[in-house]
Amino acid sequence: MNISFSDWLSVLIHFASMSVFAIGGAFALIPEFHRFFIDEHAWLTESQFSSSIALAQASPGPNALMLAMMGWNFGINATPVGYSHYAFAILGFVSCLFCALTPSCVLTFTATRWVQKNNEKMGVVAFKKGLAPVVIGSMLVSSWVIVRGDFVLENNWPIWIIALTTLLLVWFTKTHILWLLAGGAAIGASGLLGSI
Amino acid sequence: MYSFVIHLKNYYMEQKVSIPQKGPKSLAELYWAMTKLALQGFGGVFPVAQRVLVEERKWFTPQGFLEEWAIAQVLPGPNIVNLLVMSGSKWFGAMGAFVAVAGIFSMPGLLLILVAIFFEQFREYPAVSGALHGMGVVSAGLIGGTSLKMAGSLKAHPLTFLGAITFTTVTFILLAVFKFPLIPVLLVMGTSSVLLTYLKIKHSRVAKEGE
Repeated sequence: MNISFSDWLSVLIHFASMSVFAIGGAFALIPEFHRFFIDEHAWLTESQFSSSIALAQASPGPNALMLAMMGWNFGINATPVGYSHYAFAILGFVSCLFCALTPSCVLTFTATRWVQKNNEKMGVVAFKKGLAPVVIGSMLVSSWVIVRGDFVLENNWPIWIIALTTLLLVWFTKTHILWLLAGGAAIGASGLLGSI
Repeated sequence: MYSFVIHLKNYYMEQKVSIPQKGPKSLAELYWAMTKLALQGFGGVFPVAQRVLVEERKWFTPQGFLEEWAIAQVLPGPNIVNLLVMSGSKWFGAMGAFVAVAGIFSMPGLLLILVAIFFEQFREYPAVSGALHGMGVVSAGLIGGTSLKMAGSLKAHPLTFLGAITFTTVTFILLAVFKFPLIPVLLVMGTSSVLLTYLKIKHSRVAKEGE
């Protein structure tokens, strides 16, 4: 992939500008980054995108680390010939995380007092409650875009069954996330899902 | 990092900034508490945050934690990060906010980089790329299940369950089927939903006062 300095810049600007729209957290941003990185620019592959999310989930820490992983994979793809992949990957990881966090942190830092004072006001309550259904819609799309990447007609049924089973287990039981991920890894390693 | 934190602590001592009685005693304590908390949180850190900050450390009362959390949810950005910026700055000013956020990201970030290097090294093996693929599919289910769990809370929504679900569905269609960018969708759907909710709340409050 041929990625120039201005491409780096537009990635970082995109992270920074999406930061203040991340209502509901990192999950709600997945559809937007999927559109940006894959549909609009083809800077990440479907498999890199879904593994960014998978590894961040399998590793402890805040969910926002999945955005850093997208930066990691972008860094790998942007590495010029003859340079170390990892140097650019770490650069992508750190700079994307920094850009994704800083604007929203600054906003929180400055707005906290105001919100604390007005938390019971009707406008703030309506903001909080009114956005909830929209945020949930956006989160459901996150789930959808990861699986849709696998929408090849032949041999895709195990993928849907596994995604659906996980969804039901999370919805109705308290199965620990690590068991679910380990199960997915085992089934995937057996070759049942094919490699991408 | 540790010596850096000690340095900051000394800086604050010199400035004679009073350290509040509740909450962590020092920036170092804050940093390590956040690191420990973050390393226990798989698939998000909220459940762990509540246990560690309220029950173990007693930096928050249960009620106080929920109130702060509600505010963290209103503001954009990851909820846990907002919570830490708010409490960190309450305890130690801007430096406290920075140290808390650095604490929650530094060690897990380092660990994730190591995990990513490991997978990158062995990506060529079909079993490893297959395992990654399987975990990706499970992640999709995880996020879907979490969203549907949250959708349960819409039952008590001012717009009624049906009204709220309509907004959820239209948002889904706009993003998933028509692939619109998030910002216009959030502006149009979010604004109309917030506006309708506002009118509904106002209406019911007026009705209550009239009784």
